[in-house]
Amino acid sequence: MSADIFMTYEGKLPTSIIEEVKQLLPASASQKRIENVLSAVYEEYLDTLEEAGDAVGIVAAESIGEPSTQMVLRTFHFAGVSEMQVTSGLPRIIEVFDARKTIQTPTMEIYLREPYNAGKDLKSIAQRILETTVDDYVSSISLDISVPQIVLAVDKQALAHIDWTVDMLAKHINKKFKKFKVAASDKEITIKPGKEKNIDDLVKTRERIKKTFVNGIKNVSQVLPVKRGDEFIIMTAGTNLKDVFELEYVDTTRTISNDLYEVESLLGIEAARQLIIDETVKVLRTQGLNIDVRHIMLVADTMTMTGELQGINRTGIVREKASVLARASFETPFKHLVNASLVGETDELNSVVENVMVNQPIPLGTGLPRLVVRRDV
Amino acid sequence: METPNSITKKIKSIRFGIFSPEMIKDMSAAKVVTPELYDMEGYPVDGGLMDTRLGVIDPGIVCKTDGLRLKDSLGHFGYISLARPVIHVKFAGLILDLLRTNCRDCGRILIPDDKRDTFIESFARAEKEDGFSGRRAAVKDAISSLRTIKKCPHCDAKQQKITLERPTTYLENERRISPIEIRTRLEKVTDEDMMIFGMNPEFVRPEWLVQTILAIPPVTTRPSITLESGERSEDDLTHKLGDIVRINQRLFENINAGAPEIIIEDLWDLLQYHVTTYYDNEVTQLPPARHRTGQPLKTLSSRIKSKEGRIRHNLAGKRTNFSARTVVSPDPKIELNEVGIPRSVAMKLTVPERVTEWNINYLKQFVQQGPKAYPGSNYIIRPDGKKMKITDETQEMLLEEIQPGFIVERHLLDGDITLFNRQPSLHKMSMMAHRVRVLPGKTFRVNPAVCAPYNADFDGDEMNLHVPQTEEARAEAEVLLQVQTQIISPRYGLSIIGCNQDAITGNYLLTKFMTLRYEQAVDLLAQTGVTDFSALPKKEIVTGKEVFSVLLPKGFDFTGEAKDRTPVAIEDGILLEGFMDKANLGEGAGLMLRNIHKKYGEDQALDILGKFYRLGAQALQIYGFSFNYDDLILSENSQKEMHKVIEQAYADVDILIKKYQENRLEVLPGRSPSETLELTILERLNRARNDTGAVAQKQSSELGPTMVMAQSGSRGSVINMSQMSACVGQQSFRGGRIDRGYSNRTLSCFSRNDLQPAARGFIDVGFRNGMKPWEFFFMAMTGRDSLMDTALRTPKSGYLYRRLANALQDLKVDYDGTVRDAGGKIVQFAYGEDGLAVAKTRGGRIDIKKIVEQVKE
Repeated sequence: MSADIFMTYEGKLPTSIIEEVKQLLPASASQKRIENVLSAVYEEYLDTLEEAGDAVGIVAAESIGEPSTQMVLRTFHFAGVSEMQVTSGLPRIIEVFDARKTIQTPTMEIYLREPYNAGKDLKSIAQRILETTVDDYVSSISLDISVPQIVLAVDKQALAHIDWTVDMLAKHINKKFKKFKVAASDKEITIKPGKEKNIDDLVKTRERIKKTFVNGIKNVSQVLPVKRGDEFIIMTAGTNLKDVFELEYVDTTRTISNDLYEVESLLGIEAARQLIIDETVKVLRTQGLNIDVRHIMLVADTMTMTGELQGINRTGIVREKASVLARASFETPFKHLVNASLVGETDELNSVVENVMVNQPIPLGTGLPRLVVRRDV
Repeated sequence: METPNSITKKIKSIRFGIFSPEMIKDMSAAKVVTPELYDMEGYPVDGGLMDTRLGVIDPGIVCKTDGLRLKDSLGHFGYISLARPVIHVKFAGLILDLLRTNCRDCGRILIPDDKRDTFIESFARAEKEDGFSGRRAAVKDAISSLRTIKKCPHCDAKQQKITLERPTTYLENERRISPIEIRTRLEKVTDEDMMIFGMNPEFVRPEWLVQTILAIPPVTTRPSITLESGERSEDDLTHKLGDIVRINQRLFENINAGAPEIIIEDLWDLLQYHVTTYYDNEVTQLPPARHRTGQPLKTLSSRIKSKEGRIRHNLAGKRTNFSARTVVSPDPKIELNEVGIPRSVAMKLTVPERVTEWNINYLKQFVQQGPKAYPGSNYIIRPDGKKMKITDETQEMLLEEIQPGFIVERHLLDGDITLFNRQPSLHKMSMMAHRVRVLPGKTFRVNPAVCAPYNADFDGDEMNLHVPQTEEARAEAEVLLQVQTQIISPRYGLSIIGCNQDAITGNYLLTKFMTLRYEQAVDLLAQTGVTDFSALPKKEIVTGKEVFSVLLPKGFDFTGEAKDRTPVAIEDGILLEGFMDKANLGEGAGLMLRNIHKKYGEDQALDILGKFYRLGAQALQIYGFSFNYDDLILSENSQKEMHKVIEQAYADVDILIKKYQENRLEVLPGRSPSETLELTILERLNRARNDTGAVAQKQSSELGPTMVMAQSGSRGSVINMSQMSACVGQQSFRGGRIDRGYSNRTLSCFSRNDLQPAARGFIDVGFRNGMKPWEFFFMAMTGRDSLMDTALRTPKSGYLYRRLANALQDLKVDYDGTVRDAGGKIVQFAYGEDGLAVAKTRGGRIDIKKIVEQVKE
């Protein structure tokens, strides 16, 4: 019965507010009271709405720009000694808003499914994600020129982390180096060249063997199990969301990378938008700055509104502007003026800068309404 | 001033295009034929660059084209007929592309007709993605993929390899092609083929990119300046144009005289050079044209470009009259939305008031007073727009003449609305409207409570003041810009204006510790501006809480927390429990100020805020708050305790170092052993510093001045106190301990590879006791580091801000509640997903809880 009253406000009030009212109202509340509360909330909501013509864009820019002058460039982690090193502060904000293709510290936060997130076997799960090469599983690698052969002394303990045997490793190497004879003993692998005995080649082969990929997920150069709330997650240096999502113990609904383009291509533009918001909020929170999310949402929405990621720079959003003068007033004025003249572009004077240039009211706030005066009266 | 019947025209749009030679000729007022500028009398030569048909820059001379004088005549274009055509540098790249992609014989594009349509679409897509240059690249790619680059598909003519030797020389198979030939080839390009290139044949023809006629900008765009010696100094552009005209004349003469080809070629090249540098004097391959002094000429492109160029300096940045700038100083006795203005400023800045039959006598008084007495007036504007200065001579005459329709520019008066601003104007609260209070003195007076939005202090800060000159501007200032309208920041939906410094300390002491005699309390309240004392209990001794409560409006309820999380309760306008500190009085913190604003409106909120401020400041004067060097001395016991803390830390660090050297240190995940050591030592030492702070805090009384300030949140922190009296702590440099300087050691007074705290920048004494030389040096190091840090950060964040502002400035909420950009594209369907204006919310939310509690059946 009471649900009906809530229903009537659907579409009039944002769902988040309706939900909050539902939660705050005691279950015993009478029909009349629910109605009264809702109409009071609705009235308050209408009073609080943004007004037509409000320059929300510039307000968002101010709200982010003003406090960013106070932001600390480098953050000092005294308390969180065991955290991963992640770009933070102003450099990270610039990185995100620029929609940089390569970021300084690509990281993933890998959430695990139950029961893996309780911490059991955490280390070995983490180990399996880490990208490893042959070098990580041998204690020494020697080149015997007299025979000639390459001898790998296998670190069995390390190998046990990924449930491999020496034999398996030997076979793995053989697969990659088919021209060589690979033999495995208890803790050694000997590799002999098939025909040619050029020492130069052997030395090169040794280096190649060292770098041969063995296990884990490519690009993940570091793993760090961390306790987050009451579960364990794995933080990584280097990202490869696609491969991580294929692991059975990974909770794909929460696992996330901080690489905008990776998230965009894998999870879509909406996910990228959310990531922009989350990453920005994360930085602002560590800096202790209070900025309403709505401002950051607006930035994220302008960056993603075309369905593709666009940075806030001359190759991104600014290029999309319809007005020649607005583009020219930002950066590289000549390019825009010259090209505009060739195409015969027309500037309709719809946005702010051009109207400032020609001394006319800007189409925002009190400059927005257009009135027509009847002169004959 | 506009008369009621005037209608100003509005610019609807601006179209960009390229002038054809015919258009240049048609719009020109004169043909320039001689490099001479002035004749013997100093009068501009006809057919020279300063020809009076091109506009006038001297008083008294009339423009021959429009018959107007200096300042009225806008100036007119002229032209030079070039003896030989030259390439326009800015289009050199495009000309190359056109030559390469169009047949040298028939001028058709090197794409067969049958494949044309399939390509056109992909070119349009390329343009959408990468703009005009992307389209050009796509056309080039298409042609090279078609392999028609060698042979024209239309006329089978063999194509040659064409290269551009920058900036403006074209080679075909290493043989130079003259601009004349280039022009004839470009003439052959058809309109349809141009459209493939994205060019609009309505406005451009490719042959126009090779110039045969050069437009000469009006004299008014390149005014000469007369030096003190009476000598004339011409503008850089005039110099450059002079060069062009001179070489052009010589080229003409040589051609007519039938001079050898080589001389003509040389002169032609020279003409090309001058025309190129006339457009852009910063072409990398060319030496810039210089003055005799050696400084490069500022030609067309440098006039437009960069922050100091036309676009960003003059077009996007405006200047104004009726403004003043001087030092600001504090005055808590004026209201927050007032600004104290020196009389000397008030007599220079004026407000135009139109004379009507009802105010004529009132305005006459100002004219009577004249410009030298306050309040007087400086100018009178007649209905025909003529501005008359009021002087001793004209005063009488003007007084008689004045009648409805005139405008009197009278001096600023108390209560006039002005705009007040401090740079850098980072947010909209950097410019707010204040009411005038004319005061003695020579500085602008500001209530210190509004320092926060301006980010001002009084160590010599200067601020700007503007007087709006139209009714419309004044109305907007009053309704939208006054301080009270800006109390709630749109950044986070909380009060950005609040008490600070002494006002917080004072209110803290008052509401926590002080009791006053009744008379004293009345006195105090009277000084804050209270006139009704009925809310003060009639007792001999009143508590500070009771005094504070007088300022709170009746019916105001609030529960919250103080800075130290103790509860604060206000009921019916009476502070029942807790005390006031930064958490409730400060800017951007707590909901008390926000709730007052919400319940009682902006005007009353501002009034109460001002009273809070004065109450705090005045209470402090009764209390007698001061700071003493002795306050920093630690007792003997505390000193011992402190030493023990530090010794313990040193011992722990020793153990860590030993473990590290013996390789027994438990390495943190993702770190090397040495990093682990550094981090753990850092952590341990910081704990030690905090512990000494706790020792110092323990021995300090709750009423010690440092403690009071730290506790109330008005200034400083407990760390500051412990640094002064107990221990400065670790100097952190680039996020770690100091580890640079000499090889393997920080300073020569330590042994190599010393990992001890003292050798790596730990300072175990307080500022009061003084530092040892190396400790002082370590501090200087970190001090310099942080200085550089700020210096490097400011431009970075400034650039980020500029980019953000540029990208977002056109976004607005439309009448349908969606957020749209200038082109009407929807960015958000509802602002911030729920459409709420942050400045109207309480910290970004609607207080539903309160509504639920209040609304009954």
